[in-house]
Amino acid sequence: MSIATDTSTPGLAGGAGGPLLGLRGITKTFGAVQALNGVDLDVPAGQITALVGDNGAGKSTLIKTVSGIWAPSDGVISWEGRPVEVHTPRDADDLGIATVYQDLALCDNLDIVQNMFLGHELLTRRLLDEATMEKTAKQTLADLSVTTVQSVRQPVGSLSGGQRQSVAVARAVMRDAKLVIMDEPTAALGVSQTAQVLDLIHRLGERGIAVLVISHNLTDVFEVADRIAVLYLGRLVSSGPIADYDTQRTVELITTGGSSTRSDGNGTGNGTAESKD
Amino acid sequence: MTTQQTPPPATPTDGPEPSPAAGATHRRSAVAPGAVSLDLAAQAPELSNSVGEYLRAWVKRIRSGESGLLPVVGGLLILGIIFQVKSHYFLTAGNLTNLLVQGAVFVLLGMAEIWVLLLGEIDLSIGYVAGIGGVVTAILAAPPDNFPWWAAILIALAVTAAIGALQGALVILLGLPSFIVTLAGLLGWEGVLLYLVNGHGTGGTIRLSNSVLLDLSNGNLSPVASWVVMVAGVAAFGAVTILRDRHRRVSGLVAPPMAVSVAKVVLVAVAGVGLVLITNVNRSVIGNLRGLPYVVLIILGFLAAWTFVLGRTRFGRYVYAIGGNPEATRRAGVSLGWNRLWAFTLTGLTAGAAGILYTSRLGSISNNIDGGTLVLYAVAAAVIGGTSLFGGRGRMVHALLGGLVIATIYNGMGLIGLAADYQYMLTALVLLAAVTADALARRGRAKA
Ligand SMILES: Nc1ncnc2c1ncn2[C@@H]1O[C@H](COP(=O)(O)OP(=O)(O)OP(=O)(O)O)[C@@H](O)[C@H]1O
Ligand SMILES: [Mg+2]
Repeated sequence: MSIATDTSTPGLAGGAGGPLLGLRGITKTFGAVQALNGVDLDVPAGQITALVGDNGAGKSTLIKTVSGIWAPSDGVISWEGRPVEVHTPRDADDLGIATVYQDLALCDNLDIVQNMFLGHELLTRRLLDEATMEKTAKQTLADLSVTTVQSVRQPVGSLSGGQRQSVAVARAVMRDAKLVIMDEPTAALGVSQTAQVLDLIHRLGERGIAVLVISHNLTDVFEVADRIAVLYLGRLVSSGPIADYDTQRTVELITTGGSSTRSDGNGTGNGTAESKD
Repeated sequence: MTTQQTPPPATPTDGPEPSPAAGATHRRSAVAPGAVSLDLAAQAPELSNSVGEYLRAWVKRIRSGESGLLPVVGGLLILGIIFQVKSHYFLTAGNLTNLLVQGAVFVLLGMAEIWVLLLGEIDLSIGYVAGIGGVVTAILAAPPDNFPWWAAILIALAVTAAIGALQGALVILLGLPSFIVTLAGLLGWEGVLLYLVNGHGTGGTIRLSNSVLLDLSNGNLSPVASWVVMVAGVAAFGAVTILRDRHRRVSGLVAPPMAVSVAKVVLVAVAGVGLVLITNVNRSVIGNLRGLPYVVLIILGFLAAWTFVLGRTRFGRYVYAIGGNPEATRRAGVSLGWNRLWAFTLTGLTAGAAGILYTSRLGSISNNIDGGTLVLYAVAAAVIGGTSLFGGRGRMVHALLGGLVIATIYNGMGLIGLAADYQYMLTALVLLAAVTADALARRGRAKA
């Protein structure tokens, strides 16, 4: 249970206790489309792993298999060293995985508080504890410097794209998860909100929480990530500590899968780097 | 049921926290003090106890398509005026009381339908499911069974709840459209109803002889008891409303200004006093018939109970969530199946209750009950009241107001001597207007 937090001293790379989340040979096919092809990936505790790749590379598909949206066609997911079955979102939730989906997955007819606590409502005497939920939601939004919403009792359908994204991020970080997965969490955000989310990701890492973040913005990736993993056409073509990569090489990996330059950035000695082709 | 799954701790006070580093201090340590005060400042205007602010927000909501109860209340008033002009008998105490009793069945069927409408589903079978509720009650309360009235009612409600659950299970497990499953129900349950009535009744009807069962729709409180019950009901509503809103204001939560809370209570009090004044007038030509009909209390009881379940329980929250975005609800870890099954079950149960009231009012149940028209009135009541056919939006009070609109049309048209042809046409127009309003509001929201 507490392996992850014990072994990951904030900011320290690697971790002898093994990764928090380990993926081996994850494969996913949709009919004839092979979205994922034998992906091996380790997400260490207390570190921020950036998952990058072109449109359609399979990033969202990969995180959806981890979050229990759908089962992988093949492959093994391990959690804190033990193989686990993640059949439903509830399973992922029980493990301690919180996810911000690319499409946000909010209920437009519910208000901000109701969305943030959906599936995790607080109860007093078996009834909804609206007061505590509203206060907590407000506090979390304040932490994220989301100050533009008029009221936390506003239906989410009436919010702007960036505000909706803030709600989705707040929803995921509000709970004490061990792994927070974010699929393009800053895509619709303005400058200051983006900075807040990046800052938040940093702070999550400092607190020993693992973060797996998908982003197309390499500047953000290099600013925030400890490790990077590149998907290309459903295969994980390269992964390792961020120090082994620069923007140019990463762009090349994203666009060509690194076929022109054999990657030599793997295996930097901490035993967690993976390379696959 | 799924709503009992324990969520992981989400507040520092919410139980033992396994991970020491990320535990209780998580949220607090993430607070940037500056940001907090900023946020509270941004909330301030909305929390201010200003009525003007509240009214402005209200107008804005109406403009954006969330018109609330305004159209249906307005419609009710307009219909009342038209019918009163056409027939001076319309606004008499006797007729208004009669209208309430007539409307009770539509209202309760409307509430039954709202459970599934909120999910984004529909139930076309509730007219005949209601009929089965009435038939089972009538059969069990009569010889040779001679069940006590309460046992007959409980068994009948269990039967109709089971019917709702069965249809729900077919929709959920087989992934069939509820439209089709309950269309089959519309036919099938009529068949069962005919079978039961023809097997147990004489001449195509089963009589109700138990006096308590007959009183459900035909009996009333004494005038004094009517006042006592009304005052107690309004006081309870007032206390709950004022105290809750005050508590929210004091805790710095989003709440309407005091004046608005008070206005709500005053409105309900006025309605309550009016109701008792009307029903306490002697409405019998020969004898003495005065007091609040029991059926009004039954309806208000269902209204209070179902509003409470929808608003205060996890299950209620999930019904709205599923209607709003089922995939998002699934990803939030909510079991769609169980919650939908419960909603279908409550539809069946509420429909059964409506059928018992229907049978009670007529004193018998016959094999020519028109369950097809009843279900259309039920959907119409819900939608006219403001519940969306597209799921996720609606309240139980919509069935009350929409059901009263339908009862008004039904009653008023009868009074001015227009027969079923005109009744149907006018109801159709009102329904079309309501559905159009629903669709336009939805489009308005989509654009916004
Ligand atoms: N539900 C689905 N059914 C069929 N094919 C799918 C489905 N979901 C994804 N795919 C396919 O899988 C591939 C990977 O899609 P995915 O959404 O994972 O890409 P992505 O890396 O997240 O892209 P983007 O950066 O645009 O979000 C695509 O070819 C897509 O068409
Ligand atoms: Mg994607």
